[in-house]
Amino acid sequence: MTATLRTFIALLAGILFGSGLAISGMLNPERVRGFLDITGAWDPSLAFVLVGAVAVAAVGNLLSKAMSKPVLDDTFHVPESNGQIDQPLLAGSAIFGIGWAISGLCPGPAIASIGRDVSTIYVFVLAMIAGILIHSGQTTESDS
Amino acid sequence: MIPEPYLQALFGGALIGLATALLLLINGRIAGVSGIFARALGFRGTDLGANLAFVIGLVLGPLSYSVIYGAWPAAEFRMPLLFMALAGLLVGYGTRLGNGCTSGHGIAGLARLSPRSIAAAATFVASGVVTVFIMRSLEML
Repeated sequence: MTATLRTFIALLAGILFGSGLAISGMLNPERVRGFLDITGAWDPSLAFVLVGAVAVAAVGNLLSKAMSKPVLDDTFHVPESNGQIDQPLLAGSAIFGIGWAISGLCPGPAIASIGRDVSTIYVFVLAMIAGILIHSGQTTESDS
Repeated sequence: MIPEPYLQALFGGALIGLATALLLLINGRIAGVSGIFARALGFRGTDLGANLAFVIGLVLGPLSYSVIYGAWPAAEFRMPLLFMALAGLLVGYGTRLGNGCTSGHGIAGLARLSPRSIAAAATFVASGVVTVFIMRSLEML
């Protein structure tokens, strides 16, 4: 029962997340790349999205501090706040940034655009899955 | 007065933040799309059903937007497919190696002031800015 409810909440969160992406204009790769184009035609839209999202998420984070556990689980599955800033974190983020800039897509908007009949999106998502596969072939992860 | 596209960006962002807060407060999970997607594909972790449901919702959100408004939000897809394939590989591999993307590190991570996420977000934005600068210099844009 609890697992079913969690699945429903995840579905709802996904719908909200996807709708937010559609409303914010972030499904347009040119506007995302425009945010990174600080020496060209800079488009600050992504900064507004980030401010709106982080502000609301921060309220959620503050509320979670006052709770001993989430409503539908025994523990918060949140990474340790004192985790090391290590080489994989920085190298992975740098590699991601290159792909993000070339395509104007990160995983959220790419997946949210699957319903759109655009071959660019299909190619990108399939290649993204290949990238995930290559990584999982190199590591044996057991974390959650 | 803030121009309308920026107000829409702010409002859309707030919805994304609400999704992030719901997932944390009710399910106890970080709303990181790259991680959720990898788990939904069955590569790691548990709670396959919830991860799949989030991915399905992520697809349904903009689909319902397109039904309600009669059209998808405006977008241009100008990059050749070969570049998109290369970019997809880099995004898939990089987000797994770095353990997160714009949502997990950029939104959820910044909202909790996680030092790792702040470092990750600064790195991918810097790397993206440099890449766009190089693309501009090579007259790819």
